[in-house]
Amino acid sequence: MISIKGLKKIYKTKHQDIKAVDSITLDIDEGEIYGVIGYSGAGKSTFVRLLNRLEDPTAGSIVIDDKEMTSLKGNSLRLARQDIGMIFQHFNLLWSRTTEENIAFPLEIAGVPKKEREERVQELIDLVGLTGRETSYPSQLSGGQKQRVGIARALANDPKVLLSDEATSALDPETTNAILDLLVDINQKLGLTIIMITHEMHVIRKVCDKVAVMEAGQVVEQGQVIDVFSNPEQEVTRKFVEQLMTNTEEDDSLDFVLEQAKEGKIVQLHFAGESTNDTLISNVAKSYDININILQGKITQTQNGALGKMVIQMTGEKAILAEALNYLKNTSTAVVEVIRDDD
Amino acid sequence: MIDFSNLDTDKLWEATYETFYMTLISLTGTFVFGLLLGLLLYLTAKDGLWENKPINIITATFVNVFRAIPFIILILLLFPFTYFLLGTMRGPNAALPALIIGAAPFYGRLVEIALKEIDKGVIEAAQAMGAKTTTIIFRVLLPESMPALVSSLTVTAIALIGYTAMAGAIGAGGLGSYAYYAGFQRRAFDIVLICSIIIVLIVFIFQFIGDYLSKKLDKR
Ligand SMILES: Nc1ncnc2c1ncn2[C@@H]1O[C@H](COP(=O)(O)OP(=O)(O)O)[C@@H](O)[C@H]1O
Ligand SMILES: [Mg+2]
Repeated sequence: MISIKGLKKIYKTKHQDIKAVDSITLDIDEGEIYGVIGYSGAGKSTFVRLLNRLEDPTAGSIVIDDKEMTSLKGNSLRLARQDIGMIFQHFNLLWSRTTEENIAFPLEIAGVPKKEREERVQELIDLVGLTGRETSYPSQLSGGQKQRVGIARALANDPKVLLSDEATSALDPETTNAILDLLVDINQKLGLTIIMITHEMHVIRKVCDKVAVMEAGQVVEQGQVIDVFSNPEQEVTRKFVEQLMTNTEEDDSLDFVLEQAKEGKIVQLHFAGESTNDTLISNVAKSYDININILQGKITQTQNGALGKMVIQMTGEKAILAEALNYLKNTSTAVVEVIRDDD
Repeated sequence: MIDFSNLDTDKLWEATYETFYMTLISLTGTFVFGLLLGLLLYLTAKDGLWENKPINIITATFVNVFRAIPFIILILLLFPFTYFLLGTMRGPNAALPALIIGAAPFYGRLVEIALKEIDKGVIEAAQAMGAKTTTIIFRVLLPESMPALVSSLTVTAIALIGYTAMAGAIGAGGLGSYAYYAGFQRRAFDIVLICSIIIVLIVFIFQFIGDYLSKKLDKR
């Protein structure tokens, strides 16, 4: 769907050349939600703006839906842009237009006749959940509602790709979740490919299938969200995982946990993309005559299942405990690590 | 004691009408030319949609030069030009070229300021939708800056009312002319006073309409 090769953007300023985007190569499949995470100044905005040519690349190629974007000019560039929706951190709505007029704007640009335009606008308003706010001006809407207008506007011309640059960064956590749910919903309903730029791990974990981690203009790590974050190789990636898990504190307290729980086996389960874990613990408890005590856990849900770890204490008859442990090892894809065996 | 005995109501009405006439026609001309100058300044500036250094410098120079010349001198300077255009130097129409050329650069600068206030993100959003520059001008730049364009036009209109009085004093008609020739020169100060009052009222009317429109247009 999207194929990026050796993409580079250098800003020439008086004093120095800034490599905002430095040799990025990546492929994005159709219908995927692809996250790009990085700290401020990593080059995320520059990268996404290169995709619809709001910035001209210094080098490299961008192929979107079999179209080479880098060679487009004038009218063909404008037409190509109509197939790429974009949403922004600060919404960028026209304050002089109402909700419906804002959503109609890209349709006016594409030359859609008035009657069709009105029908399409109403469809979109219903899709993003703004029914009843058709004639409100942006100043009369909340942040979440403004972003809904932004999303409806971006979808107006039935794009194949949606670019989202920090679309939830100006919203409170609850509204962020509602907007993310809407984006996942749209992704599933319309099969739209979404590129999500963010500096928040929460966004990646909640909606993305794949992720690229950016630092100093480069993609330092990429792949399935679960793979990248269950096994971070770069320091930046590790920091982002910490943001989600805060591991440091946990390791200290493990000794404390071990002291407290004197009996039985202590087992640590590492989850990475297991979806049947919801019932794993209760299955073990039901099938074997043992007691399970959860001592510690930090688990977060991603689009491809759970990510995190859990420490449990299992007490009971020795032979049955061994069987239960085997069951755990064999039926789940979680990595089972025995921290302390019973003896 | 002022007793208004010198006042000729018919003449006063005629002068008031002429002032309105000069103000409204020149305001229309100023709006059109000022808008063009402002857009040109904004669009051709660095990082503008039509970035063009030579045109930007030429436009800015034109604007600065004509804003620098005091209006009373500008009228004299434009004598040959006005005569060529209209074949006369007297009457309200003769004041129009000077009024427009004097006020348009002033309004143009205000237009430029209003356009600069527009959030860059909105323009970028329109570009991302595949909008042409002309679409951006007519559907984004002008509507989004409309309240500021209207309040700037109000300021310009009030300056123009002042200019019409000055033009009147050298033969263009209107309240300035009536106050100067019928009033000041014949020591009929009641006429000067009544002309002042009417000009103040006209200014108030323009200010009121301008404020009302600007407020009504502003949906921020
Ligand atoms: N127009 C520009 N001119 C010069 N430098 C720029 C410009 N835009 C961005 N940069 C620089 O490029 C780098 C990446 O910026 P950006 O893409 O905005 O990062 P992010 O979105 O990840 O915070 C920063 O160092 C920034 O200062
Ligand atoms: Mg950014």
